[in-house]
Amino acid sequence: MGSNLSAVLAVVALVSALAAAVWGVARLRARRSIATATQRATYDVLHTAGLAADSLRTGLSQASAGKAIRHLRALVEAPGLALVDGEAVLALDGRGTHHSAQLVAASRKALTAGRSTVLGPGELPCDRVDCPVRGAVVAPMSGPDGSAPGALVAIADDQPAPGLVQATLETARWAGAQLALAELDSSREMLARAEVRALRAQISPHFVYNALSAIASFVRTDPERARELILEFAEFTRYSFRSHGDFTTLAEELRSIDRYLTIERARFGDRLQVRLQIAPEVLPVGLPFLCLQPLVENAVRHGLSRKPGVGMVSIEARDAGAECHITVEDDGVGMDPAVLVAGVAEAADSHDSGHVGLSNVDERLRSVFGDQFGLVVETGLGAGTKVSMRVPKFHPAVRTSP
Amino acid sequence: MDNPYTVPAIVAVTLATLAIGFYGLRLARTTSDFLVASRVVSPTWNAAAIGGEYLSAASFLGVAGLILKYGVDVLWYPVGFAAGYLALLLFVAAPLRRSGAFTLPDFCEVRLHSRGLRKLATAFVVFIGWLYLVPQLQGAGLTLTTVAGGPYELGALLVGVVVTANVALGGMRAITFVQAFQYWLKLTALAVPVIFMVLHWQADGRPPVTPSDGLTFPAATSLVVEHHATLTFPDGSTQEVRAGEELTFQAGDQVPHVSGVDTANDLDWLLPGNDAGGLFGTYSLILATFLGTMGLPHVLVRFYTNPNGAAARRTTLVVLALVGLFYFLPTLYGVLGRVYTPQLLITGETDAVVLLLPVAVLGSGMLGQMLAALVAAGAFAAFLSSSSGLLTSVAGVISTDVLAHAGDRGPGQRGSVRDFRVAALVGGLVPVVLALNVASLDVSQVVGLAFAVAASSFCPLLVLGIWWRRLTDLGAAAGILAGGGAAVGAVLVTILGPPLHGWSAALIAQPAAWTVPLAFAVMVAVSLATRRRTPPDVGTTMLRLHAPESLRL
Repeated sequence: MGSNLSAVLAVVALVSALAAAVWGVARLRARRSIATATQRATYDVLHTAGLAADSLRTGLSQASAGKAIRHLRALVEAPGLALVDGEAVLALDGRGTHHSAQLVAASRKALTAGRSTVLGPGELPCDRVDCPVRGAVVAPMSGPDGSAPGALVAIADDQPAPGLVQATLETARWAGAQLALAELDSSREMLARAEVRALRAQISPHFVYNALSAIASFVRTDPERARELILEFAEFTRYSFRSHGDFTTLAEELRSIDRYLTIERARFGDRLQVRLQIAPEVLPVGLPFLCLQPLVENAVRHGLSRKPGVGMVSIEARDAGAECHITVEDDGVGMDPAVLVAGVAEAADSHDSGHVGLSNVDERLRSVFGDQFGLVVETGLGAGTKVSMRVPKFHPAVRTSP
Repeated sequence: MDNPYTVPAIVAVTLATLAIGFYGLRLARTTSDFLVASRVVSPTWNAAAIGGEYLSAASFLGVAGLILKYGVDVLWYPVGFAAGYLALLLFVAAPLRRSGAFTLPDFCEVRLHSRGLRKLATAFVVFIGWLYLVPQLQGAGLTLTTVAGGPYELGALLVGVVVTANVALGGMRAITFVQAFQYWLKLTALAVPVIFMVLHWQADGRPPVTPSDGLTFPAATSLVVEHHATLTFPDGSTQEVRAGEELTFQAGDQVPHVSGVDTANDLDWLLPGNDAGGLFGTYSLILATFLGTMGLPHVLVRFYTNPNGAAARRTTLVVLALVGLFYFLPTLYGVLGRVYTPQLLITGETDAVVLLLPVAVLGSGMLGQMLAALVAAGAFAAFLSSSSGLLTSVAGVISTDVLAHAGDRGPGQRGSVRDFRVAALVGGLVPVVLALNVASLDVSQVVGLAFAVAASSFCPLLVLGIWWRRLTDLGAAAGILAGGGAAVGAVLVTILGPPLHGWSAALIAQPAAWTVPLAFAVMVAVSLATRRRTPPDVGTTMLRLHAPESLRL
């Protein structure tokens, strides 16, 4: 019994020792190669700054300030350090908690003036006998454009030394740059969202014109069919102009493509053939709204309308582990890859270009899923065009709404 | 065992599986009709697919073996394996589907927005996957040894390599129709022979399962002794045997009890609560299997195929029925094994009972051999489908959560496919190595340990994450580390450590009864202590998890 217990303990100890050793080795490897004192200091400063940057890059809030303040204090080496946003102390590390109100007032003044100030003992009166706070440096964290969302306050237990003032100013400036970057990130996201909105309202004008003229040709000869087509068109526009949600499911997108192709078939008749191969497992996958329909439209317009005889558009969606692979292929005239690249480059400005659909879908996929999820276009003159995309089955930003 | 039908049957199953995998989609889903193309997988198909992936070698071979050995006590294994879906249905199925998560790490990100917790969950998914893969390979090795001869290592190695290569090359994707086919194949492979065998038992005059004067051999049997052991006969006499000695029993001879082989005799077999860790072990087992099913990575992945939460619930309900139906059959095999293959109680290799029973009951004529081949093919289907499902899940999380971050720096279009292959190779290698080293453990017991780890790590995370607003990322991580870590420790001690006795043995062999409450308690306590870290959008997330989709919120 005793020997068994000790054997069990030995195994447990061995396993935890192994885990600790792996962790320790990984930790040490980062430092081992550092030889000189300067390298050591550079590493320490940049490493600490990097830790603070992680949370500052999410913007200035109580949560991010609370995480960053410890690392910032290590950089400044002050007895106390506070992050103040002009209305309240967001986070304070070290001494000086009972001076919060004075620090906020001083920061508000500094932020309005846009200048840093040094407070002496006279400006920080205190009725506590053992109060160690003798001075403070208030430095606005101003970004490159001059605006400062908050101030960094270093608390000194003496009249602030020039070294502390310098360190605080530089740290505040660096933190300001990080906060500006955070703002840049959020405005980039807003831009991407605006872009999604911009594309969604944009059914191609060619399509509206062609659809209406095709329907018009049936009004006299086959009124019943004309009515059906108008209803399909109405449903199609309702989906395309809908106002809720930036994401949809593959199943919904396919339904919209079905309506689109019904209307196109009214124009092309039997010349337009469709082949679908959709793995049922990926039908619930979430996609950016209207990101497949432009590809199909592109295939019909560039692949078929300029080519005599029957044209085939095939849409394929395959289940690939944690991803879904979608391809849209046509056997039309294709295009010169060089022309395509030039076209995509121009497409950003000219909405008339035929490739605006492709480049816009590409941009949106990248902005939602990341740069490795862009469109891949395979084409050649006379060889048809194949556009593929990969969509992760799960992405935290994606929320589908039916 | 010279059965001319076995090898062709196994080859046919493998080829049929591969053929449906490669061509099934192309044939069944190539169309020009959008209505056909966008038809979602129905709950019935999906449930059969979940059954196909879930019913592993442990269910197919292990349950019958355990029942043969221990009797009513281990009926909790099949009951728990099926009833786990009840807990899944009640607490998890619909909200998990609505969260949009594909894997368990995804759920951590949706609910608690924590990268660290995501990594922790990934580690546990990989561990549970590996632990669950080991008994599959063990079962494969055992099947090949029993039906075709040859060493156990060769069988496990061969199957491990085949499954790994298959998953790495994309042959056995988790395709719904393939897995659904596997379920019906497994059900048929057990159901058809059992009908013949029960009829035969009836015709035999219904020999009793626990005769008053001990079990007897139904036919002349000879065995070769491999280890020194003591045989104890029911009349009290003992006999010493040495390795290499050949034992011969005549029909009607009594079955001796062998030292070193843990089996339940006669009345013990019929009465509950005599072995397998006693009452504590039983409750532990119930907790592990009831709550562990919701933490199995390869099962949860399949829920993504449901179009919405209501369909996920309906699917779970059908799974409950299908799996419950299935588990009735291995139980019958175990009972019939008492009458017709008692020599397995001497050798201890009771996991083979399903494979040997058809010939033992029906004789080695054409019928017996055909049915034996059918059972062998079903067993092959069992480990082929579950191990490729498991390996796909494990490789999936390794490639998205471990390898993808290395690839973040240089975007490469081919990256995802190559990552997945590397992950499949790594994911397949580890369980093969483990399977070669733990040959002595019962298949179902290793699976029970995997359930215990899942129940003490992911069950608290899912249940509290879905039903308790105040869960924090630190609380979840602490609970998983405490409960799951303790269960992992117990597993490692069981597999790698020395044999234990007394209370420590019960606590370590069936850890769920103390690790699951531990995980819940730590998770709640740490969450309450770190109240400030409650995600700010918890209200939105909860609404998303619980509001029916038809509300279109």
